[in-house]
Amino acid sequence: MAIFSVVVLTMPIWMKPFGAAYPDILQKFVIFGVFAIGYNILFGLTGYLSFGHAAFLGVGSYTAVWSFKLLTMNIVPAIILSVIMSGIFAVAMGYVALRRSGIYFSILTLAFAQMCYNLAYSVLTPITNGETGLQLAKSDPRILDRLFSEAGDGLPSTTFFGIETSGYSGFYISAVIMIVVFYISLKIFKSSFGLKLKAIKSNQNRMRYLGFNTRPYLLTAFVISGMYAGLAGGLLAATDPLAGAERMQWTASGEVILMTILGGVGTLFGPLLGVIIIKYFENIFSSVNQLDLHSLYSMFPTWLEDSLVAISSLFVGEGWHLTLGLLFMFVVAFLPGGVLEGLQLTYRKISVYLSKKKQKKHQESEEDTGVNHGK
Amino acid sequence: MASKAVLQVTNVLKTFGGLKALNNLNLTIEEGTVHAIIGPNGAGKSTLLNVCIGQLTPDTGSVEFNGQNITGLAPHEISQKGISRVFQTPQIFEELDILQNVMIPALAHIDGQFTFNAVKDLNHRNDIKRVAMEIIEEMNLADQLHDRAGAMSRGNKRRLELAMCLVQKPKLLLLDEPTAGMARADTNQTIEILKKIKASGMTKVIIEHDMNVVFSLADRVSVLAQGTIIAEGTPAEIRESEVVKEAYLGGAKI
Repeated sequence: MAIFSVVVLTMPIWMKPFGAAYPDILQKFVIFGVFAIGYNILFGLTGYLSFGHAAFLGVGSYTAVWSFKLLTMNIVPAIILSVIMSGIFAVAMGYVALRRSGIYFSILTLAFAQMCYNLAYSVLTPITNGETGLQLAKSDPRILDRLFSEAGDGLPSTTFFGIETSGYSGFYISAVIMIVVFYISLKIFKSSFGLKLKAIKSNQNRMRYLGFNTRPYLLTAFVISGMYAGLAGGLLAATDPLAGAERMQWTASGEVILMTILGGVGTLFGPLLGVIIIKYFENIFSSVNQLDLHSLYSMFPTWLEDSLVAISSLFVGEGWHLTLGLLFMFVVAFLPGGVLEGLQLTYRKISVYLSKKKQKKHQESEEDTGVNHGK
Repeated sequence: MASKAVLQVTNVLKTFGGLKALNNLNLTIEEGTVHAIIGPNGAGKSTLLNVCIGQLTPDTGSVEFNGQNITGLAPHEISQKGISRVFQTPQIFEELDILQNVMIPALAHIDGQFTFNAVKDLNHRNDIKRVAMEIIEEMNLADQLHDRAGAMSRGNKRRLELAMCLVQKPKLLLLDEPTAGMARADTNQTIEILKKIKASGMTKVIIEHDMNVVFSLADRVSVLAQGTIIAEGTPAEIRESEVVKEAYLGGAKI
């Protein structure tokens, strides 16, 4: 756990060689990390595939922005409120959707999330500000802030008790929150509650005949993961106080599913790996252009350089989706346990190879001593 | 023998389409007995068990357990009252290891049908671990404690499922063909285990095709054919009964 915290907090340093050491993308790593950790509690442990978690992300964002508008620019109440609001939404959605399992559950959650998305665009425009997205305005009341100070000129920015929450400080605040929620998910994985969820995934009927009422277990897991999503949404708004309906679209739910599967479903670190891979592709790979490629291949003769650039430009820039798609297909087809399983396999192969080498050496030295004895 | 009825099935009718799987069936299971139910294929034996554990709700009639009406209760409620069932094909948690498989029912028995405890590390639940280990050792599974349950032989899976039921200390244990598809040696081992449990005085209902098992274990035998009980008695009486030979054995000698 301590190692994990250190690794997360030193991300600005070790991400540098990958060209991803700027606050914007680091924030995305940890915030979507929270989202994926929460999603993994539902999908990884119980096997229930929800297509509706983007709705909680959106609800969290809207709630946070409203808190900035009405109460205060401090992010603490905003985040607490967004977790509570998304929890309430999750109870409602889970109560209905968990009456069914398998594909029907997925479709119910998808329907619910798309309903939220479309409502945000149409009927609920007074709350969500429709297509423009919900933004801060100078005329917002901000009751709590007004108690202490006069409204300044220009738009205020989000703070954590005076510390601005954009840039690196935003990353560190989100990172600490992510470490805390990761610890909570670790606790859940190790507890009897976590084991029961795994058992529900394995054989739900058996659970019933052993005397467990499985519905409340599933609902609890669903609400916890919904609250994680709401927290992620709140953090997104806290680092950039703007909420748009596109955050609730089903593609956002699809993205978190991709992250979880790519990294390794049901493992603790897998979803985080998935987040880093996908967000890295989205932000870094997509910005690579032909010029960069030319400089990369500049040591080759011109004709080879040109053809290499022509081929690889398909996979970078606008084409990053293609690379990601191929990677995803490879993982699902050959590594059902995700990238994490791949890493573990490699590690095991290397250690087996090393121990064999050691054994061989050992044997040789034994033979040597044997020969010496003979003499 | 104590004459208190643990399970009382009264006039149960269960139809599937036009088929009467259970036709006004009456059955009394007395406390402390091993009660075997035999009958030809399709006689309704499994349907009867399904009605008892709440998987199916009877069309008419009632099931009483220790004097309480349990007709129409959900499976987990019936299980919490103390009825456990071993299935014909082992129903275990294939992805989990043996210790976890046995700890889960122990949790149901000790913590009840729903408790939310996401904080306490399961490794610190010594009460759960102790009862689970006791039963695992009794079933001779202790050497495979951390093996994945799905990778075991069929005989071991059945023993594991039995362990999962026994760890809950049920008042009534329902066994659906506990030796079907087992090798001879496994069958004998299972009979030994069942005899041991029999000595503990637990009430058991056992569905079985293997007459060796039936006659070496059962105190009473009921013969089920076409959804009703056509004969009931001690194993010796059943062996001699003309009705049974006619219906079940087609007149052949046992």
